[in-house]
Amino acid sequence: MLNYLSSPKFLRSALPAASLLLLLAAIFYIQPRAMSQFGMNLMLQYAVPIALATIAQMFIITVNDLDLSIGPFVGLTASIGATLLATNPVLGVLALIACIAAYAGLGALIYWRNLPSIVVTLGMSFVWLGIAVLVLPSPGGTAPGWVKAIMSFKIPGIPFPIVAAAIIALVVHFALMRSSYGAVLRGAGGNPKAIARAGWSLLKIKMVMYAAAGLFGVLAGLSLIGLTSAADAHIADRYTLYAIAGVILGGGEFVGGRVSPTGAVLGALTLTLTGSFLIFLKISPDWQIGAQGGVLIIVLALRALINRREASA
Amino acid sequence: MSTMTASFKNLSQKPWIWSYLGMIVVWLATVVFTKGQGGGAIITAGLSFATFTVIVGIGQMFVISTGPGNVDLSIPANIALSGAVATKVMDGSNDMLLVGFLVAMGCGLAVGIFNYALIRILKIPPIIATLSASFLVLSTAIAYGRGLKIKPPTMLADFTTWQIYGIPILAVFVAGLAIVMSVVLHRTVYGRSVLAIGQNMRAAWLAGINVERVRFATYVLSAMLASLCGLLLSGFSGGASLNMGEEYLLASIAVVVIGGTSVAGGKANVPGIWGAALFMFLLVTMLNTFGASAGIRLIMTGLIIVTVITMAGGDEQQS
Repeated sequence: MLNYLSSPKFLRSALPAASLLLLLAAIFYIQPRAMSQFGMNLMLQYAVPIALATIAQMFIITVNDLDLSIGPFVGLTASIGATLLATNPVLGVLALIACIAAYAGLGALIYWRNLPSIVVTLGMSFVWLGIAVLVLPSPGGTAPGWVKAIMSFKIPGIPFPIVAAAIIALVVHFALMRSSYGAVLRGAGGNPKAIARAGWSLLKIKMVMYAAAGLFGVLAGLSLIGLTSAADAHIADRYTLYAIAGVILGGGEFVGGRVSPTGAVLGALTLTLTGSFLIFLKISPDWQIGAQGGVLIIVLALRALINRREASA
Repeated sequence: MSTMTASFKNLSQKPWIWSYLGMIVVWLATVVFTKGQGGGAIITAGLSFATFTVIVGIGQMFVISTGPGNVDLSIPANIALSGAVATKVMDGSNDMLLVGFLVAMGCGLAVGIFNYALIRILKIPPIIATLSASFLVLSTAIAYGRGLKIKPPTMLADFTTWQIYGIPILAVFVAGLAIVMSVVLHRTVYGRSVLAIGQNMRAAWLAGINVERVRFATYVLSAMLASLCGLLLSGFSGGASLNMGEEYLLASIAVVVIGGTSVAGGKANVPGIWGAALFMFLLVTMLNTFGASAGIRLIMTGLIIVTVITMAGGDEQQS
């Protein structure tokens, strides 16, 4: 038992949860009043859109790509959600479906021409932002009532963000980690040639993964305006960084299809809490991204240590 | 006739040609639209603004040339930090200009070493390393430079905006820098090592190249060029601002790609960076002249980059 608990494999998979618990413990120690349903709701409410964006990024990372446009994309879907979707639901839904289709198309293009995803997505980040500015030139709009209703849903006793995060993690876990097609999708990141030889279409796999990322980007945008009730084209610019950091904190690797949906959601929660932690420590918000970078580097360093032990064992 | 087709073929094999052609087409379209007015002024402005993109683009080019996965995402944060620190140290005094320059270069050196240390010690991809580093660097810049309202030394401001017959002198210097870096790339052991590593890291290592030392030098070079850009930019725009580096993330990568450098590594092109930087600036100018809204300008910029990378292509798809 003890042997298992100190094995590199266990340590690596326990790292995301451990860092989250450590951070929570530190917050409760500094500010015991945070340990209430209200406190948790307040600290974690933005964890839901960040977790969804992180899952979107995770899908892309699974097939060895990186999406530098997820932030502006979430901003675009938020802008559509707060304008078209509220005034003309049919058109709004169509526009959001078109967004997902565009993502699938990007996946196809990147596969077809074997393009570097970071250059393509960096370019697309401007396109998303541009469309968002056209849809919503100045901050405003209103979120549809049903979106707000979902996001302000209250379950007695348990903070809503935690329930939502658990649902997201479970759904994606079963789809990607437990289903047979999920194994094929991850395999396309691990050994694309083997998957192609086995008769699977890599083109289709890329498109499925990019479409899945687009879907979660849409969900992230909608959940975000459910919280803020208005939107802005730039509302989610930072989500690109959050999403990458969330996947890393959650133990995802950048090559080889080694990802963890549960870890990614935990990573997103950790990242969200870092902000609250600084506020409780009365440290200027100037250091917020710095602290997130710091947490990132510490977790990566711990993982490097574990890996080194594994290599020498 | 055959020599003509041969020379044309020769020409079309030089990938940087396209960025210059694009630049000329865009400029002509603008000038035709304005009926010849302001054609010269546009070039002057183009040279002024492209200069900064070229400086960071050269650094990014060396990094990208060392192979797939190598990219420096810390450039914007580094520009912000170096600009802020140098401006504060110089405090508007011409006497402190050299000190400010050295301090900015020191910032670059530190960021470059930090980037490389993360890549090497944590064994993480450069994208993640430079991204994590940029979080810390940007935060430092924000905390350090908040509310910074110091004018740059007059000598720095004058130098960066100095023009003779409509030609920005800074652009001339940076053209010189580009030539030097082109020589470094093609004629020195270091430059050739960069390309060799980009083509095949293992082969380069077996051939006796000190791969890690070359990569270290490359990340430091990129960071120091970003710092130089930060210093000059703070002089050019009348003071350092924290978001002045923002646009240079996309711009630095875009000019490298549009300029004909292979994103797969091992093939680099310095003149193309100048062409691409001018093309990008003139494109935005053209859209402005046509009266396009901010949204359209953003969409067009993005689409052009995606189109160029699609046409340039990655490696052939292995099936």
